Amino acid sequence: MCTTCGCAAGEARIEGENLHTHEDGTTHSHASNKSGMTYTAVAAGHSHSHRHADGSVHVHSHDHADTAVHDDDGAHAHDHEGAMHYGHGPAGAHAPGMTQSRMVQIERDILSKNDGYAAQNRARFDEQGIFALNLVSSPGSGKTTLLCRTIEALKSKLSIAVVEGDQQTSHDAERIRTTGVPALQINTGKGCHLDAFMVGAALQKLAPADDSLLLIENVGNLVCPAAFDLGEAHKVAILSVTEGEDKPLKYPDMFRAASLMLLNKIDLLPYVSFKLDLAIEYARRVNPELQVIQVSATTGEGFDAWLAWLEAGCAGRQTRKQETVASLKRRIAELEAQVSASVRG
Amino acid sequence: MHEMSLAEGVLQIVEDAARASGDDAFLRVKTVFIEIGQLSSVEPDSMRFCFDAVTRGTLAEGAKLEVIEVPGEGLCFNCNKTVPLAALYDPCPACGGYPVQPTGGTEMRVKELEVE
Repeated sequence: MCTTCGCAAGEARIEGENLHTHEDGTTHSHASNKSGMTYTAVAAGHSHSHRHADGSVHVHSHDHADTAVHDDDGAHAHDHEGAMHYGHGPAGAHAPGMTQSRMVQIERDILSKNDGYAAQNRARFDEQGIFALNLVSSPGSGKTTLLCRTIEALKSKLSIAVVEGDQQTSHDAERIRTTGVPALQINTGKGCHLDAFMVGAALQKLAPADDSLLLIENVGNLVCPAAFDLGEAHKVAILSVTEGEDKPLKYPDMFRAASLMLLNKIDLLPYVSFKLDLAIEYARRVNPELQVIQVSATTGEGFDAWLAWLEAGCAGRQTRKQETVASLKRRIAELEAQVSASVRG
Repeated sequence: MHEMSLAEGVLQIVEDAARASGDDAFLRVKTVFIEIGQLSSVEPDSMRFCFDAVTRGTLAEGAKLEVIEVPGEGLCFNCNKTVPLAALYDPCPACGGYPVQPTGGTEMRVKELEVE
């Protein structure tokens, strides 16, 4: 906010001068004869140019009368060849002709479209008892290796399906398919993250089984995937010890959105300067609820805890589904009883 | 971060509103007012740039994107005060403690449109 004339954003500041640029591109400077919060009237004339909505630009100067007061955020009116002109219309802009334009209230979240698709995915997961995870990390944290080992360990007990997100190539899906489970690659092209619509389309094709584990490997990126809900039960952030321990502070959104952090490549700890305790402390600073499991996808260290977490999650989903089914069956039985009672009556 | 996707999201909302406007239909959008929280990790400048790019050839072509920045606010778990918060991982400005749970300034929403 320009404190001199009350124009809104977009001001460019040059030290020592009150030079500023209005959003419509006009630049002007005010005389610095301000006293406190108001102009004193003496010699408070100034000139400025501004552009009107019809494209015309004019420069004018005016003097303030003894009684004229500018307050710090007040718009001011001044004479233009006899016509009153208020700099701040309802839109907060120099916009004469406001009468023909009007305001439409919207109040919708920008991500509402994505959230709608995410809700559809989530409903499908609930109906089918699918435990869906959104795995997020930087490129090179070892996500795909971790997935391959996880799948090898669990595929005899659980039905597993994988959605792979990468900007280009289907290398990762091919790697997953060698483990024998179905995998579908999504190439985001120019995009930097998976969104709920893409995952919904992948679900149509992949058709994961009831009571299965669905692993969604997001694009390697610690920024954008944080904001896009895919309908998953949890986001799992993977941080490897070959990265900096301050990543949770540098990319707080992701670690805040995650429920679990896997600290991967712990077999390399003797060879790197990664400070494990500090990494966990930083991550919990951003997200106090964050669970942490230390693993090595190469040696299998720490995998018992990770696999137990996954199995508990799957069991939870299946129980929830059974409860829903049981309550629906009860409801159907009640309704049938009512119907037969009314038929008899 | 993903301002291009977000700008497309804004445009979708604007187009939905135009379709839903019925008898009171509008043909052109002059200004789009959006609220962006300080903690939402959206860069307003990048958002404006992307918005200009995605609105070309649409009813919002040339429309101005007015970004209303909403300051961050959080509840400190340490001193139990509601405090202003500049970034997600910042300590409490009142007591220096952690963590501070964000309670405001995470929004990204389309507030209103100026149309004709």
